[in-house]
Amino acid sequence: MKLSMTVNGKPVSAEVEARTLLVTFIRDSLRLTGTHVGCDTGQCGACTVHLDGRAVKSCNLLALQADGAHLRTIEGLAHPDGRLHPMQEAFREYHGLQCGFCTPGMLMSAVDLVQNHPDPSEETIRAELDGNLCRCTGYHNIVKAVKAAAAKM
Amino acid sequence: MYAFKYHKAASVADAAAALSRGGDVKLLAGGQSLIAALKLRLSAPSDLIDLGGIKELAGIKLEGSGITIGAMTRYAEVARSVEVQAKIPALASLAGGIGDRMVRNMGTIGGSLAHDDPVADYPAAVLGLNATVHTNQRTIAADDFFKGMFETALQAGEIIVSVSFPLPRRAAYIKFKNPASRYAIVGVMAAETGGGVRVAVTGAASGVFRVAAMERALAANWSPDAVAGIIVPADNLNADLHASAEYRAHLITVMARRAVQAAS
Repeated sequence: MKLSMTVNGKPVSAEVEARTLLVTFIRDSLRLTGTHVGCDTGQCGACTVHLDGRAVKSCNLLALQADGAHLRTIEGLAHPDGRLHPMQEAFREYHGLQCGFCTPGMLMSAVDLVQNHPDPSEETIRAELDGNLCRCTGYHNIVKAVKAAAAKM
Repeated sequence: MYAFKYHKAASVADAAAALSRGGDVKLLAGGQSLIAALKLRLSAPSDLIDLGGIKELAGIKLEGSGITIGAMTRYAEVARSVEVQAKIPALASLAGGIGDRMVRNMGTIGGSLAHDDPVADYPAAVLGLNATVHTNQRTIAADDFFKGMFETALQAGEIIVSVSFPLPRRAAYIKFKNPASRYAIVGVMAAETGGGVRVAVTGAASGVFRVAAMERALAANWSPDAVAGIIVPADNLNADLHASAEYRAHLITVMARRAVQAAS
Protein backbone atom coordinates (compact mmCIF):
# COMPACT_ATOMS: atom_id res chain seq x y z
CA MET A 1 0.00 0.00 0.00
CA LYS A 2 1.15 3.53 -0.72
CA LEU A 3 2.41 5.54 2.22
CA SER A 4 3.59 9.13 2.32
CA MET A 5 4.44 11.41 5.20
CA THR A 6 6.86 14.10 6.27
CA VAL A 7 9.73 12.80 8.37
CA ASN A 8 11.90 15.33 10.20
CA GLY A 9 10.72 17.95 7.75
CA LYS A 10 11.37 15.95 4.59
CA PRO A 11 8.68 14.31 2.42
CA VAL A 12 8.88 10.54 2.20
CA SER A 13 6.93 7.97 0.13
CA ALA A 14 7.05 4.22 0.08
CA GLU A 15 5.15 1.03 -0.61
CA VAL A 16 4.49 -0.95 2.56
CA GLU A 17 2.64 -4.07 3.61
CA ALA A 18 -0.43 -3.13 5.64
CA ARG A 19 0.93 -4.91 8.71
CA THR A 20 4.22 -2.94 8.76
CA LEU A 21 4.68 -1.27 12.14
CA LEU A 22 5.68 2.37 12.18
CA VAL A 23 8.90 1.51 14.05
CA THR A 24 9.82 -1.04 11.37
CA PHE A 25 9.19 1.54 8.64
CA ILE A 26 11.32 4.11 10.47
CA ARG A 27 14.21 1.76 11.17
CA ASP A 28 14.24 -0.59 8.17
CA SER A 29 12.86 1.51 5.33
CA LEU A 30 14.02 4.97 6.35
CA ARG A 31 17.21 3.70 8.03
CA LEU A 32 16.59 6.03 10.98
CA THR A 33 17.84 3.68 13.64
CA GLY A 34 17.83 6.12 16.55
CA THR A 35 14.30 4.93 17.38
CA HIS A 36 14.74 1.67 19.29
CA VAL A 37 12.69 -1.48 19.77
CA GLY A 38 13.00 -2.34 23.46
CA CYS A 39 10.16 -4.58 24.55
CA ASP A 40 8.05 -4.74 21.36
CA THR A 41 4.96 -4.96 23.58
CA GLY A 42 4.31 -1.25 23.92
CA GLN A 43 5.51 -0.84 27.49
CA CYS A 44 9.08 0.48 27.56
CA GLY A 45 8.79 3.60 25.42
CA ALA A 46 12.16 3.21 23.67
CA CYS A 47 10.31 3.52 20.36
CA THR A 48 8.73 6.89 21.16
CA VAL A 49 8.44 9.38 18.28
CA HIS A 50 6.30 12.46 17.63
CA LEU A 51 3.31 12.02 15.33
CA ASP A 52 1.79 15.39 14.43
CA GLY A 53 3.45 16.81 17.53
CA ARG A 54 2.26 14.10 19.95
CA ALA A 55 4.50 11.49 21.56
CA VAL A 56 3.42 7.98 20.49
CA LYS A 57 4.94 4.51 20.70
CA SER A 58 5.90 3.59 17.16
CA CYS A 59 5.99 -0.16 17.89
CA ASN A 60 2.27 -0.01 18.64
CA LEU A 61 1.15 1.77 15.49
CA LEU A 62 0.83 0.68 11.89
CA ALA A 63 2.94 2.75 9.52
CA LEU A 64 -0.27 3.40 7.57
CA GLN A 65 -1.80 5.11 10.60
CA ALA A 66 0.84 7.81 10.05
CA ASP A 67 -0.04 8.30 6.38
CA GLY A 68 -0.15 12.01 5.62
CA ALA A 69 1.24 12.96 9.00
CA HIS A 70 4.29 14.84 10.23
CA LEU A 71 6.67 12.49 11.97
CA ARG A 72 9.60 13.61 14.10
CA THR A 73 12.18 11.07 15.24
CA ILE A 74 15.16 11.52 17.54
CA GLU A 75 17.25 12.33 14.47
CA GLY A 76 15.09 15.42 14.00
CA LEU A 77 15.46 16.80 17.50
CA ALA A 78 18.77 18.63 17.24
CA HIS A 79 19.14 21.82 15.20
CA PRO A 80 20.09 21.26 11.56
CA ASP A 81 23.44 22.93 12.25
CA GLY A 82 24.22 20.30 14.88
CA ARG A 83 23.44 22.28 18.03
CA LEU A 84 21.70 20.04 20.54
CA HIS A 85 18.07 20.53 21.56
CA PRO A 86 17.89 21.93 25.13
CA MET A 87 16.57 18.53 26.31
CA GLN A 88 19.55 16.73 24.76
CA GLU A 89 21.94 19.29 26.25
CA ALA A 90 20.36 18.84 29.67
CA PHE A 91 20.68 15.04 29.48
CA ARG A 92 24.33 15.51 28.64
CA GLU A 93 24.95 18.00 31.43
CA TYR A 94 23.03 16.06 34.11
CA HIS A 95 24.25 12.61 33.04
CA GLY A 96 20.73 11.45 32.24
CA LEU A 97 21.88 8.38 30.35
CA GLN A 98 24.33 5.49 30.68
CA CYS A 99 23.92 2.85 27.96
CA GLY A 100 21.72 5.20 25.95
CA PHE A 101 19.22 2.59 24.80
CA CYS A 102 16.16 4.20 26.36
CA THR A 103 17.46 7.70 25.67
CA PRO A 104 15.93 8.49 22.27
CA GLY A 105 12.48 7.50 23.52
CA MET A 106 13.07 9.24 26.85
CA LEU A 107 14.05 12.49 25.07
CA MET A 108 11.07 12.42 22.70
CA SER A 109 8.73 11.72 25.61
CA ALA A 110 10.33 14.42 27.77
CA VAL A 111 10.03 17.04 25.01
CA ASP A 112 6.33 16.19 24.67
CA LEU A 113 5.99 16.38 28.47
CA VAL A 114 7.47 19.88 28.66
CA GLN A 115 5.39 21.05 25.71
CA ASN A 116 2.30 20.11 27.73
CA HIS A 117 3.67 21.12 31.14
CA PRO A 118 5.99 24.10 30.65
CA ASP A 119 7.01 24.25 34.30
CA PRO A 120 6.72 20.68 35.55
CA SER A 121 7.32 19.75 39.18
CA GLU A 122 9.53 16.78 39.97
CA GLU A 123 6.38 14.78 40.78
CA THR A 124 4.82 15.64 37.43
CA ILE A 125 7.99 14.65 35.59
CA ARG A 126 8.18 11.31 37.38
CA ALA A 127 4.50 10.61 36.76
CA GLU A 128 4.48 11.72 33.13
CA LEU A 129 7.60 9.74 32.22
CA ASP A 130 6.08 6.51 33.49
CA GLY A 131 5.82 5.21 29.93
CA ASN A 132 9.60 5.21 29.49
CA LEU A 133 11.60 2.54 31.27
CA CYS A 134 15.31 2.88 32.01
CA ARG A 135 17.34 -0.02 33.37
CA CYS A 136 20.56 1.88 33.98
CA THR A 137 20.13 5.23 35.65
CA GLY A 138 17.50 4.85 38.35
CA TYR A 139 15.81 7.91 36.79
CA HIS A 140 17.11 10.55 39.22
CA ASN A 141 19.40 12.27 36.73
CA ILE A 142 16.79 11.98 34.01
CA VAL A 143 14.36 13.89 36.22
CA LYS A 144 17.00 16.54 36.97
CA ALA A 145 17.73 16.88 33.26
CA VAL A 146 14.07 17.31 32.33
CA LYS A 147 13.59 19.93 35.08
CA ALA A 148 16.62 21.87 33.85
CA ALA A 149 15.58 21.62 30.20
CA ALA A 150 12.06 22.82 30.98
CA ALA A 151 13.50 25.99 32.46
CA LYS A 152 15.33 26.68 29.20
CA MET A 153 12.55 25.71 26.78
CA MET B 1 1.27 -10.27 13.03
CA TYR B 2 -0.63 -12.03 10.27
CA ALA B 3 -1.32 -10.10 7.08
CA PHE B 4 -4.62 -8.30 6.54
CA LYS B 5 -6.23 -5.87 4.13
CA TYR B 6 -6.21 -2.26 5.35
CA HIS B 7 -8.90 0.29 4.56
CA LYS B 8 -8.93 3.90 5.67
CA ALA B 9 -12.59 4.82 6.21
CA ALA B 10 -13.61 8.24 4.88
CA SER B 11 -16.78 8.36 6.99
CA VAL B 12 -18.84 6.33 9.44
CA ALA B 13 -21.06 5.22 6.55
CA ASP B 14 -17.97 4.09 4.66
CA ALA B 15 -16.77 2.13 7.70
CA ALA B 16 -20.20 0.55 8.23
CA ALA B 17 -20.31 -0.48 4.58
CA ALA B 18 -16.85 -2.05 4.87
CA LEU B 19 -17.96 -3.92 8.01
CA SER B 20 -20.95 -5.35 6.20
CA ARG B 21 -18.92 -6.74 3.29
CA GLY B 22 -18.06 -9.88 5.22
CA GLY B 23 -14.84 -11.49 6.32
CA ASP B 24 -13.34 -11.16 9.78
CA VAL B 25 -13.31 -7.37 9.91
CA LYS B 26 -12.10 -5.25 12.82
CA LEU B 27 -12.27 -1.52 13.41
CA LEU B 28 -9.01 0.27 14.23
CA ALA B 29 -9.40 3.25 16.54
CA GLY B 30 -6.28 4.20 18.54
CA GLY B 31 -4.88 0.70 18.21
CA GLN B 32 -3.38 0.67 21.70
CA SER B 33 -5.03 -2.67 22.49
CA LEU B 34 -5.64 -3.94 18.97
CA ILE B 35 -2.15 -3.52 17.50
CA ALA B 36 -0.67 -5.17 20.60
CA ALA B 37 -3.10 -8.08 20.18
CA LEU B 38 -2.28 -8.40 16.48
CA LYS B 39 1.43 -8.51 17.26
CA LEU B 40 0.86 -11.38 19.68
CA ARG B 41 -1.41 -13.09 17.15
CA LEU B 42 -4.24 -13.04 19.69
CA SER B 43 -6.32 -11.52 16.92
CA ALA B 44 -6.04 -12.20 13.19
CA PRO B 45 -8.66 -10.25 11.25
CA SER B 46 -8.81 -10.47 7.46
CA ASP B 47 -9.53 -6.75 7.18
CA LEU B 48 -8.80 -3.70 9.31
CA ILE B 49 -10.79 -0.50 8.93
CA ASP B 50 -8.93 2.56 10.20
CA LEU B 51 -11.28 5.18 11.70
CA GLY B 52 -8.40 7.61 12.26
CA GLY B 53 -9.26 9.82 9.29
CA ILE B 54 -12.87 10.50 10.24
CA LYS B 55 -12.58 13.99 11.72
CA GLU B 56 -16.25 14.21 12.79
CA LEU B 57 -15.74 11.36 15.23
CA ALA B 58 -13.43 13.37 17.47
CA GLY B 59 -14.37 16.31 19.65
CA ILE B 60 -15.76 17.32 23.01
CA LYS B 61 -19.03 19.28 23.20
CA LEU B 62 -20.53 20.85 26.29
CA GLU B 63 -24.29 21.03 25.91
CA GLY B 64 -26.53 22.27 28.73
CA SER B 65 -27.03 19.08 30.64
CA GLY B 66 -23.96 17.14 29.67
CA ILE B 67 -20.76 16.60 27.75
CA THR B 68 -20.66 14.57 24.55
CA ILE B 69 -17.33 13.06 23.56
CA GLY B 70 -16.71 11.79 20.04
CA ALA B 71 -15.68 8.14 19.81
CA MET B 72 -12.25 8.90 18.32
CA THR B 73 -11.37 11.50 20.99
CA ARG B 74 -8.01 10.58 22.52
CA TYR B 75 -7.62 10.07 26.27
CA ALA B 76 -5.18 13.01 26.39
CA GLU B 77 -7.75 15.32 24.83
CA VAL B 78 -10.34 14.40 27.48
CA ALA B 79 -7.76 14.80 30.25
CA ARG B 80 -6.76 18.31 29.24
CA SER B 81 -10.21 19.51 28.11
CA VAL B 82 -11.14 22.71 29.92
CA GLU B 83 -14.84 21.79 29.75
CA VAL B 84 -14.37 18.30 31.18
CA GLN B 85 -12.05 19.54 33.92
CA ALA B 86 -14.63 22.13 34.91
CA LYS B 87 -17.81 20.07 34.69
CA ILE B 88 -16.76 16.43 35.25
CA PRO B 89 -13.29 16.59 36.82
CA ALA B 90 -13.55 12.90 37.77
CA LEU B 91 -13.66 12.04 34.07
CA ALA B 92 -10.69 14.26 33.18
CA SER B 93 -8.71 12.73 36.01
CA LEU B 94 -9.68 9.19 34.99
CA ALA B 95 -8.62 9.83 31.38
CA GLY B 96 -5.35 11.34 32.58
CA GLY B 97 -4.55 8.22 34.57
CA ILE B 98 -4.91 5.70 31.75
CA GLY B 99 -1.71 3.98 30.65
CA ASP B 100 1.09 6.44 29.94
CA ARG B 101 1.27 9.67 27.96
CA MET B 102 1.98 7.91 24.64
CA VAL B 103 -1.00 5.59 25.13
CA ARG B 104 -3.11 8.62 26.04
CA ASN B 105 -2.12 10.38 22.82
CA MET B 106 -3.50 7.54 20.70
CA GLY B 107 -6.10 5.58 22.68
CA THR B 108 -9.75 6.55 22.20
CA ILE B 109 -12.90 6.36 24.30
CA GLY B 110 -14.78 4.51 21.53
CA GLY B 111 -12.02 1.95 21.18
CA SER B 112 -11.81 1.41 24.92
CA LEU B 113 -15.56 0.89 25.32
CA ALA B 114 -15.90 -1.41 22.31
CA HIS B 115 -12.99 -3.51 23.60
CA ASP B 116 -14.41 -3.63 27.15
CA ASP B 117 -11.25 -4.84 28.82
CA PRO B 118 -12.13 -5.94 32.39
CA VAL B 119 -9.24 -3.86 33.74
CA ALA B 120 -9.87 -0.71 31.68
CA ASP B 121 -10.92 2.60 33.26
CA TYR B 122 -13.49 4.08 30.86
CA PRO B 123 -16.14 1.39 31.58
CA ALA B 124 -16.18 2.57 35.21
CA ALA B 125 -16.70 6.15 34.00
CA VAL B 126 -19.55 5.21 31.67
CA LEU B 127 -21.30 2.96 34.19
CA GLY B 128 -20.59 5.16 37.20
CA LEU B 129 -21.66 8.41 35.56
CA ASN B 130 -24.63 6.82 33.73
CA ALA B 131 -23.41 7.84 30.30
CA THR B 132 -25.15 6.97 27.04
CA VAL B 133 -23.36 5.32 24.14
CA HIS B 134 -24.44 6.58 20.71
CA THR B 135 -23.79 4.24 17.79
CA ASN B 136 -24.51 4.59 14.09
CA GLN B 137 -27.69 2.59 14.73
CA ARG B 138 -29.10 3.49 18.17
CA THR B 139 -28.39 4.76 21.66
CA ILE B 140 -27.43 2.35 24.45
CA ALA B 141 -27.74 3.18 28.15
CA ALA B 142 -24.72 2.45 30.34
CA ASP B 143 -26.59 -0.22 32.31
CA ASP B 144 -27.28 -2.11 29.07
CA PHE B 145 -23.89 -1.73 27.41
CA PHE B 146 -21.45 -3.97 29.27
CA LYS B 147 -22.18 -7.68 28.89
CA GLY B 148 -19.11 -9.51 30.15
CA MET B 149 -15.41 -10.02 29.56
CA PHE B 150 -14.53 -8.19 26.31
CA GLU B 151 -18.24 -8.31 25.44
CA THR B 152 -20.62 -5.43 24.86
CA ALA B 153 -24.13 -4.92 23.52
CA LEU B 154 -22.69 -3.77 20.18
CA GLN B 155 -24.03 -5.75 17.24
CA ALA B 156 -22.06 -6.70 14.13
CA GLY B 157 -21.74 -3.64 11.93
CA GLU B 158 -22.41 -1.24 14.81
CA ILE B 159 -19.93 1.60 15.33
CA ILE B 160 -19.72 3.81 18.43
CA VAL B 161 -20.04 7.43 17.30
CA SER B 162 -20.04 9.30 20.62
CA VAL B 163 -20.61 9.00 24.37
CA SER B 164 -22.75 11.48 26.35
CA PHE B 165 -22.04 12.09 30.01
CA PRO B 166 -24.68 13.87 32.11
CA LEU B 167 -23.15 16.30 34.60
CA PRO B 168 -22.88 14.71 38.05
CA ARG B 169 -23.35 16.64 41.28
CA ARG B 170 -20.12 15.15 42.49
CA ALA B 171 -17.93 12.23 41.49
CA ALA B 172 -14.46 10.80 41.84
CA TYR B 173 -12.50 7.86 40.46
CA ILE B 174 -9.78 6.19 42.49
CA LYS B 175 -7.67 3.42 40.97
CA PHE B 176 -5.33 0.94 42.63
CA LYS B 177 -2.87 0.49 39.80
CA ASN B 178 -0.97 -2.58 38.80
CA PRO B 179 2.54 -1.20 39.41
CA ALA B 180 3.87 -2.45 36.08
CA SER B 181 1.05 -2.08 33.58
CA ARG B 182 -0.85 0.70 35.38
CA TYR B 183 -4.12 -1.05 34.57
CA ALA B 184 -6.69 -1.16 37.37
CA ILE B 185 -6.34 -3.97 39.87
CA VAL B 186 -9.40 -2.25 41.30
CA GLY B 187 -10.86 1.08 40.16
CA VAL B 188 -13.95 2.65 41.71
CA MET B 189 -16.06 5.51 40.34
CA ALA B 190 -18.39 6.91 43.00
CA ALA B 191 -20.89 9.47 41.73
CA GLU B 192 -23.91 11.39 42.85
CA THR B 193 -25.73 11.79 39.54
CA GLY B 194 -29.00 13.49 38.71
CA GLY B 195 -30.60 10.04 38.87
CA GLY B 196 -29.10 8.92 42.16
CA VAL B 197 -25.92 7.47 43.60
CA ARG B 198 -23.84 5.12 41.43
CA VAL B 199 -20.78 3.11 42.40
CA ALA B 200 -19.00 1.35 39.51
CA VAL B 201 -16.09 -1.05 39.97
CA THR B 202 -13.60 -2.09 37.31
CA GLY B 203 -10.58 -4.39 37.41
CA ALA B 204 -12.07 -6.68 40.01
CA ALA B 205 -14.28 -9.00 38.02
CA SER B 206 -14.96 -10.21 34.46
CA GLY B 207 -16.44 -6.81 33.68
CA VAL B 208 -17.42 -3.51 35.25
CA PHE B 209 -20.26 -3.75 37.79
CA ARG B 210 -22.22 -1.61 40.22
CA VAL B 211 -22.36 -2.18 43.98
CA ALA B 212 -25.98 -1.73 45.00
CA ALA B 213 -25.29 -1.98 48.72
CA MET B 214 -22.78 0.89 48.57
CA GLU B 215 -25.16 2.97 46.43
CA ARG B 216 -27.97 2.56 48.99
CA ALA B 217 -25.66 3.40 51.90
CA LEU B 218 -24.30 6.51 50.18
CA ALA B 219 -27.76 7.70 49.16
CA ALA B 220 -28.66 7.74 52.85
CA ASN B 221 -25.35 9.23 53.94
CA TRP B 222 -22.63 10.38 51.51
CA SER B 223 -19.54 9.67 53.56
CA PRO B 224 -16.60 7.24 53.45
CA ASP B 225 -17.87 5.68 56.68
CA ALA B 226 -21.11 4.70 54.97
CA VAL B 227 -19.28 2.22 52.73
CA ALA B 228 -16.47 1.26 55.13
CA GLY B 229 -18.27 -1.86 56.35
CA ILE B 230 -19.53 -3.07 52.95
CA ILE B 231 -17.49 -5.89 51.43
CA VAL B 232 -18.28 -7.28 47.97
CA PRO B 233 -18.20 -11.11 48.11
CA ALA B 234 -14.93 -12.49 46.71
CA ASP B 235 -16.61 -15.43 44.91
CA ASN B 236 -16.73 -13.96 41.41
CA LEU B 237 -13.77 -11.66 41.61
CA ASN B 238 -10.57 -12.04 39.59
CA ALA B 239 -7.60 -13.79 41.17
CA ASP B 240 -4.16 -13.65 39.60
CA LEU B 241 -0.55 -13.17 40.54
CA HIS B 242 -1.17 -9.48 41.22
CA ALA B 243 -4.03 -9.88 43.71
CA SER B 244 -6.20 -12.63 45.17
CA ALA B 245 -9.98 -12.38 44.97
CA GLU B 246 -10.11 -11.61 48.70
CA TYR B 247 -7.58 -8.80 48.30
CA ARG B 248 -9.59 -7.34 45.43
CA ALA B 249 -12.72 -7.48 47.59
CA HIS B 250 -10.81 -5.59 50.29
CA LEU B 251 -9.50 -3.07 47.75
CA ILE B 252 -13.00 -2.34 46.44
CA THR B 253 -14.03 -1.09 49.87
CA VAL B 254 -10.82 0.91 50.33
CA MET B 255 -11.03 2.53 46.88
CA ALA B 256 -14.74 3.24 47.36
CA ARG B 257 -14.02 5.03 50.64
CA ARG B 258 -11.27 7.07 48.98
CA ALA B 259 -13.49 7.89 45.99
CA VAL B 260 -16.30 9.12 48.22
CA GLN B 261 -13.79 11.16 50.22
CA ALA B 262 -12.30 12.65 47.06
CA ALA B 263 -15.72 13.54 45.67
CA SER B 264 -16.90 15.23 48.85
